[in-house]
Amino acid sequence: MAGVAPPFPPGDYDVTVVGSGPGGLQTSYWLRRFGVQHAVLSRDGTPAGMFQRFPIFQRLITWTKPDAPVARTTREYEWYDHNSLLADEPELKALVPGFMDRAFDLPSRSEMEAGIAAFANKAALRVRYGCTWESTRHDGDRVVLATTDGDYSSRAVVFAVGVTKPWFAAVPGLEHGAHYVDAMEPERYADRTVFIVGKRNSGFELAQGLLPWARSIFLASPRPVQTSALALSPLRVRYLHPYDEYARGGPGTYVLDVAIERIDRHANGFRVVANGTTWDGRLVLDVDDVIAATGFQTPMGDLPRIGLVTVNDGRVPALTPFWESVSLPGVYFAGNASQGAKGLAKRGAGASSTAVNGFRYNARVLAQHIAETLNVRTSEQAPIADLGSFLLHELSTAPELWVQKGYLCRVVGRGRTGLVDGGVLPLAHFLDSRDGDAAAASVEVDERGAIVPTIYVRRAGEISEHLLTPHPLHEYSSDVYTKEIEHVLRQLPA
Amino acid sequence: MDVAERLAQLALFADLTPMQVEAIAHSFEESVFQADERVLRRGLSGGNFYVILEGEARVVAGDRVLRTLGRGDFFGEIAALTGETPSADVVAESLLRCLMIPPQELERLLLERPQMMLRLLRMEARRLQTSGEWQA
Repeated sequence: MAGVAPPFPPGDYDVTVVGSGPGGLQTSYWLRRFGVQHAVLSRDGTPAGMFQRFPIFQRLITWTKPDAPVARTTREYEWYDHNSLLADEPELKALVPGFMDRAFDLPSRSEMEAGIAAFANKAALRVRYGCTWESTRHDGDRVVLATTDGDYSSRAVVFAVGVTKPWFAAVPGLEHGAHYVDAMEPERYADRTVFIVGKRNSGFELAQGLLPWARSIFLASPRPVQTSALALSPLRVRYLHPYDEYARGGPGTYVLDVAIERIDRHANGFRVVANGTTWDGRLVLDVDDVIAATGFQTPMGDLPRIGLVTVNDGRVPALTPFWESVSLPGVYFAGNASQGAKGLAKRGAGASSTAVNGFRYNARVLAQHIAETLNVRTSEQAPIADLGSFLLHELSTAPELWVQKGYLCRVVGRGRTGLVDGGVLPLAHFLDSRDGDAAAASVEVDERGAIVPTIYVRRAGEISEHLLTPHPLHEYSSDVYTKEIEHVLRQLPA
Repeated sequence: MDVAERLAQLALFADLTPMQVEAIAHSFEESVFQADERVLRRGLSGGNFYVILEGEARVVAGDRVLRTLGRGDFFGEIAALTGETPSADVVAESLLRCLMIPPQELERLLLERPQMMLRLLRMEARRLQTSGEWQA
């Protein structure tokens, strides 16, 4: 748009958001909604840039059901649509299903990109495109970002830069192979033997995409495939054919539990030397191609140099329950990098922060937290007439609780005039807060994999936990549950 | 240093082969906590087994600090193995980095790697010897 000055010139802002993918746009939407003055910067030229390239084989692994038992404008519909961004205005809700051709219940990446771009456009979210963050420094209690357009000084920075930088595992010689990001056209692998390092999402996606072309495929990593975990993974919907073939003894596809000793390049390809991790033995394989599907990391720029502490082998920032760096005050992460906050991780269960369905809720909670921390907004505390039925209704319908299981909870506290809605908060924060007597509801998974609605009561700083009986239709409004929850909530003083 | 290298230096994993240590490093996640953040909570179900890779933690009952833990120490094993809830809190004393093993995985791992079970048992016995207070 020649002649129109880009928004957000360098200068002072309350908050600076970096990134124009779903994480950055969702954060900006809620910051604006909560009245926080902020700038949004992106090195890309358009919103949702990642979906122009990834996933390579065109389709996402997260679900959207265009027709559902509830209207698209309702809160409950979010439960059926794991890809659209959130908004209060009906015309901004559930935009992704409108772009789906319904060939599949998982959108293609062009459908996803169109849905996210439509959100940015309809919500009139402003972004300074083509502006690259180059370095970071603290100036007193402000964070200063040096960019290609100049310096941005703010009280808080939210990095929503994804987990998009190719990451190579520490395997000697792996750098001679290609990374997943470079493995573009599957026909290039026609009649070739391909060795894929990594058995997570991108490894299986690649194997599935190459299955019609490659002569044989090896998928290798030290960790065995955990079938019980896969049963609950979004991966199973799309990419498990290679594993299925192997598990049934089909030839040509091999899923190996090995630690790779080294990868040597030779004239006609590669030699891979690997040792079994769940079996005793050694393999020496001559293959045509080696592809590292060892995943991605957050592009952290110079943040590690100024003290950013990381987790998952240095791949993502280590974050507090409110997604602030554990080591750099005022530096927050949104979007996919919000996975660096593990929460309670009861029984090892992680939040769904690696996908839009989960991190869109994180963004709303984060924006509210920043608004309150910067004293721009105090939380609105709506009165609650009936604590038990309010929490049971949330347990039956709240998409935040059902998507961010064990990470987010609905809180009811005590205000000046009686019980008030404390909103949606990280469960770990609720449990450790000393903010007075309160109750919270969350949805969790027990040791047998059953989904269990859970009530927490905080009284005089002490926490008690109550697991309700699971209902097969997730309906928690009957008399049985009313009695159960009344019994639990009796611990709260009137 | 990656997780496998960190684990290889700890007593609990000392009898395992490098391949076995690497498989463990790839099977479980790291978790990092700020100073004063709670890691294990008294009375809550589903707590994990943690092995400290870096930093220190304190075991706390009410206002009383029962014990301080450092690199190579572990906690949460009693709750993870008995299915009872922890009887004390464990709080990060400094920036704390742990390997986190879910309770349902710990039993499987110990049965698969009896050398590790023996190590754990010995370390547990030594703790009992030096302190009657350990209950977390």
